Amino acid sequence: MSCTLEEKKQAVIEDFSLYDEWLDKYEYLIELGKNLDPYPEELKTDDHLIKGCQSRVWLDYWLQDNRLYFRADSDAIITKGIISLLIGVYSGRTPEEIAADDFGFVADIGLRDNLSPTRANGLVSMIETIRTVAENAR
Amino acid sequence: MNVNDIRIQFPVLGSKAYGKPLVYLDNAATSQRPLPVIEEQARLAKTANANIHRAVHYLADKATDAFESARDYVKEYLNAASREEIVFTSGTTASINLVAFSFGEAFVGEGDEIIVSCAEHHSNIVPWQMLCQRKKAHLKVLDIQENGCLQVENLEKLISQRTKIVAITHISNVLGIVNPVQEIIRICHNHGVPVLVDGAQGIVHSHVDVQSLDCDFYAFSGHKVFAATGTGVLYGKKKWLNAMPPYMGGGEMIETVRFSGTTYAPLPAKFEAGTQNFNVIPTLIPALSFHRACLENMEILDYQKNIREYVYDRLLEDKRITLFGQPESLQDKIPLFSFSVEGVHHEDLALILDKMGIATRSGQMCAEPLMDRLGVTGLLRVSFTWYNTLEEAEYLINSLYRAIEMLS
Ligand SMILES: Cc1ncc(COP(=O)(O)O)c(C=O)c1O
Repeated sequence: MSCTLEEKKQAVIEDFSLYDEWLDKYEYLIELGKNLDPYPEELKTDDHLIKGCQSRVWLDYWLQDNRLYFRADSDAIITKGIISLLIGVYSGRTPEEIAADDFGFVADIGLRDNLSPTRANGLVSMIETIRTVAENAR
Repeated sequence: MNVNDIRIQFPVLGSKAYGKPLVYLDNAATSQRPLPVIEEQARLAKTANANIHRAVHYLADKATDAFESARDYVKEYLNAASREEIVFTSGTTASINLVAFSFGEAFVGEGDEIIVSCAEHHSNIVPWQMLCQRKKAHLKVLDIQENGCLQVENLEKLISQRTKIVAITHISNVLGIVNPVQEIIRICHNHGVPVLVDGAQGIVHSHVDVQSLDCDFYAFSGHKVFAATGTGVLYGKKKWLNAMPPYMGGGEMIETVRFSGTTYAPLPAKFEAGTQNFNVIPTLIPALSFHRACLENMEILDYQKNIREYVYDRLLEDKRITLFGQPESLQDKIPLFSFSVEGVHHEDLALILDKMGIATRSGQMCAEPLMDRLGVTGLLRVSFTWYNTLEEAEYLINSLYRAIEMLS
């Protein structure tokens, strides 16, 4: 890992700032969603499922050399796009780094409405799960 | 009166969402409020804020008058036989819970049965499930046909000696189908079974006359018919309400309180425990009078029919779209459309349409059993009301096509 967690987050925020229009931001997320690394069908099981109100999210993770790796999928493409952002930022970081993070950057890039707890969507739970996984792996 | 005369009464309609003109198509969840409603609420807060029924002073009298006038108005509006039959609650959900509890206490015992349909809102399922759990009773479910209409022909078979009540929605909040409640009530009454009608959507799209319907209970929420939130109504026939114990205990619902025993106030106070929502309930008057003016205006009705037909046809002709709720006659369909798009998730569609300025609803719409029955994880819903325009409907369809392109 050459860059720090902070640098990775900054890079995502900068990518997003290229788009002024809301629709363009979503278009970009859709692209990311479509290009997300494939997730094994056999891991789309209930114990990998993070249940949200609307879209479903499946998450798998493993620890290797004290670094956490994530892969995930969703039945909704925009959620997949955000998953792609999250994985890009957090996969391969140490549990300590992740546990200490505030995950505020998703709101910083203006995706707050995908994250509001009242929508109780899979993404909020996914962030919670990533955080818990990191806590437990410390 | 035309749609523009209506629109100018709704301040929010001129606003923008993400820089685009707001197109509000989530009316089945909550309707926007016209100026007379907003002003009435403000007027009461400014000039008549005092606890009702209890005090003998000028302000309290004003507040009490406003609150009780609302009862008279709703009584007339629903054509109830008497004002004692109108109970104010916080909404449809509260009204149904009240009946499920109090009717259940009085009339439901172990082994008894309650019937609902599979197209009910959770608010007309869960209170009955809770009652069944409490009393060891059974919940039976009336199914729908493939087109979404209730299998009314099977109702008679479902009713047994043990059936204590049938709770059915007037109009489904997912399918937009007007159920033949009159016929359902007739069938149930032939077997001596009372009927609760969930009127949360029914009040919005039909003239409700509880005496001609002959329903035993009718529940609705003011916030779906242009009133403020927290304005629920429960109509109940006096013979039932009198026979039911109170739902909640507290202030106002009592006659005398002694530690040796308490007696309850007469109707409707018996069911209105605690401080009532007195600044807000009176907004039912301007809201319902606005609503009635629209319901009785041919020009407005025709215009809404055009919107309904336009959206219905556009959705049906697109092979990527599956529309749920297609009754034989469009007369039985309100301008509410729930659909799925092949290969596209409803949440994605809702998020993209939102960024185009269009407010829709996506997900299970508080009707998970119905979603299971339809074999979907959720749907996208658009629901129109008096202030929506044909241009908005066209914009919706074009935006929908564009969103589908983006997402496929
Ligand atoms: C058919 C139906 N029943 C019940 C409800 C519940 O209404 P409220 O949330 O206002 O109590 C709704 C509202 O979504 C509805 O559409």
